[in-house]
Amino acid sequence: MKEKVIGRPAGLYAEFPRKGGAAPTATHYCPGCGHGILHKLIGEAMGDLGIQDRTVMISPVGCAVFAYYYFDCGNLQVAHGRAPAVGTGVSRALDHAVVISYQGDGDLASIGLNETIQAANRGEKIAVFFVNNTVYGMTGGQMAPTTLIGEKTVTCPTGRDPRYAGYPMHMCELLSSLQAPVFIERVSVSDIAHIRKARKAVRKALEIQRDGKGYAFVEVLSTCPTNLKQDAEASTRFVNEQMEKEFPLGNFRDRSEETEPLCRNVSDFTKEAIDKAFNLDTEASPDAVEDPAFGQVLIKAAGFGGQGVLSLGLIIAKAACRAQRHVSWYPSYGPEQRGGTANCSVVISGSAIGSPVVYESNILIAMNRPSLEKFALDVKPGGVILYDSTIGEYDIPEGVRGIAVPAMEIACKTKAEKAANTVMLGVLKELGVTKLPADAFTEALAENFAGKQKLIDINKKVLEAGAQWVRDNL
Amino acid sequence: MVTQLVKGNTAVVIGALYAGCDCYFGYPITPASEILHEASSYFPMLGRKFVQAESEEAAINMVYGGASAGHRVMTASSGPGISLKQEGISYLAGAELPCVIVDIMRAGPGLGNIGPEQADYNQIVKGGGHGNYKNIVLAPNSVQEMCDLTLKAFELSFKYRNPAVVLADGVLGQMVEPLKFPTSAVQPQIDTSWAVAATPQTRRNLITSIFLDFEQLEGFNNKLQEKYELIEQQEVAYEEYMMADADIVLVSYGISSRICRSAVEQARKKGIRVGLFRPVTLFPFPEKELFKLAQTGDRTFICVEMSNGQMREDVLLATRCMRPVELVNRLGGNLITFDQVMQKIEEVAKGGSI
Repeated sequence: MKEKVIGRPAGLYAEFPRKGGAAPTATHYCPGCGHGILHKLIGEAMGDLGIQDRTVMISPVGCAVFAYYYFDCGNLQVAHGRAPAVGTGVSRALDHAVVISYQGDGDLASIGLNETIQAANRGEKIAVFFVNNTVYGMTGGQMAPTTLIGEKTVTCPTGRDPRYAGYPMHMCELLSSLQAPVFIERVSVSDIAHIRKARKAVRKALEIQRDGKGYAFVEVLSTCPTNLKQDAEASTRFVNEQMEKEFPLGNFRDRSEETEPLCRNVSDFTKEAIDKAFNLDTEASPDAVEDPAFGQVLIKAAGFGGQGVLSLGLIIAKAACRAQRHVSWYPSYGPEQRGGTANCSVVISGSAIGSPVVYESNILIAMNRPSLEKFALDVKPGGVILYDSTIGEYDIPEGVRGIAVPAMEIACKTKAEKAANTVMLGVLKELGVTKLPADAFTEALAENFAGKQKLIDINKKVLEAGAQWVRDNL
Repeated sequence: MVTQLVKGNTAVVIGALYAGCDCYFGYPITPASEILHEASSYFPMLGRKFVQAESEEAAINMVYGGASAGHRVMTASSGPGISLKQEGISYLAGAELPCVIVDIMRAGPGLGNIGPEQADYNQIVKGGGHGNYKNIVLAPNSVQEMCDLTLKAFELSFKYRNPAVVLADGVLGQMVEPLKFPTSAVQPQIDTSWAVAATPQTRRNLITSIFLDFEQLEGFNNKLQEKYELIEQQEVAYEEYMMADADIVLVSYGISSRICRSAVEQARKKGIRVGLFRPVTLFPFPEKELFKLAQTGDRTFICVEMSNGQMREDVLLATRCMRPVELVNRLGGNLITFDQVMQKIEEVAKGGSI
């Protein structure tokens, strides 16, 4: 390995025109800042590993917001703290990419802590370089999550007091509690001896990306003479003596040897593949025909969650579709589904449907008393109410035909306790009130349980039992 | 052409898959969750990429990453989740990144409830995040359009390098209708002139929204405004129903426009000359068309929307307050009823209003 640290690494531009200004080879960083050193180490490794063509560098918000001035690779600049999420997006879209997320302590450990932990936990193929200098730089020297106890910043002017501001965050230790990361190490760029070790860690993190093995995290203890109001010597001493005491250097994990490369699937954009995913060759409904004379049939089905009223409505909708009618189905949704009553609206029409929501129905199917009480008064004159006979006595509104169907009883007799909804379907089929042909119901039932022959058979039996009840009793 | 009975939220995923969408990044929220559910099964089935993000912010920033790569990517959410995404949407607009965001609106403010509302109009159509930007906004009113306009949203977002939003509501997301499947599938290409695709020819590219120089940022902002003007000139879409001789014009989008259509038919039977003007694009808003309607004849406009009149403000601006613009609305998760619209139509027809 080269011992020389000074000199232009291949991964950095020779000049920085994106920066502008009179000094095309000078960075925007303050004298004595550690960012420049880390830039060189990353640039050098990128060049040596020959990965620049496939590298995407993500610049954060903070002093390194302009990292893209310097790195000779694809560059993104992103929102504060969101770099690991952006990196996830890049990596998922571009499986071959080497993704680098370069972040400071406020960005990574404060506003972006969730993104940091979650990307690490997913084991995203990203190298994260975390510059910890215990202070917000670009924003003007505020307290960072890594500010030491007693350390003064502009927002803890008398020193960080853990009773009010908590304790320094240890990111390497925190991430070490996760399973997925491949590599975690804390290094320092305070002086030459430290920089040599840092170079190795940087290189390792990028090798892991080159090989597509997963998440690598390198925390870099760094100097900030400007905001910590130190000269060069004091800032080096601060890192070596005070920061290292709080943030011990060393490798926390290296599973690079035993980790296999992770290759993601190749996207299929062909029409054939999408058609197949939706079974377009086997599952198709005929298109509706315009037939204004048909008018509209408005149906409401309601009952307890679990009584199958939503699927009852859906099978009616499928039957209507088979009969080439315009149709819509609209359920009550959310918490209602998980307790209490559920209901759905079905509109069958000879022409285009306006509102899919049924307020006044022609047909109400009520599987329990609360549903019957809630919707019975909204049934139009001349309409029909089917309700389960276990509901007991109920005063059906005038001008409406009420039919108490022993749906649960019939279902039980047919040894299909849960299929009371299918009994109701059979009653509807036989009554003809939906104006749909009887065979449309049978076909819709088969379509609904497609591929599950046992369920089709039992439900057909129940459907016919419902129809038979109508013939015997009405 | 194949037809299937499909749920609105599923139709969004179908549209996205035929549009060549490569990555889906999302977070669960009712009533948009089925989009996430369907994406989690269909995207991997086709080798495409799906991530359930840790938060709405993370999801929109994953979109930023995938879009930067030049791929077709999307996310979906509902009101509160969209509010959280606004930071990311501003960055996407600022970095001129194409992507599709679907908003299945629910009732607010705050946690509100999961019933349908159309009260995200302002936060989607007017921006919502910081800065002088606009989203392209498409408003479907059927399951068919949930699919078709998702496809269209991808097309427009790439044409203009701008985020495009499909703005729907809880009813459209949850309802089932027949869907005619798309007859072709887009084979997406990466535009190497701007994308950062981890390739030699895109190595020099940079995606950013930062301009330190004030003049430069003003210039960029002006360039954005020119783009929006171009979109206004070229992409306005609307639908008219029985408008030829209408004295009363219902202006309505999304699910509310479906209820209006029924009301128009009923009112016509009673001899009242009512028509429906439905904006399909909310940005660009069909301003010129509404202005023309306001200039000719003594029309009364009735805005029908599930909000406190957020779209009505744009109708007032478009018609320059030359004609009365009434409002029929419901809030809090309640749907506008047919009777409510009929009552207002009859009131206006009798001259009892204004």
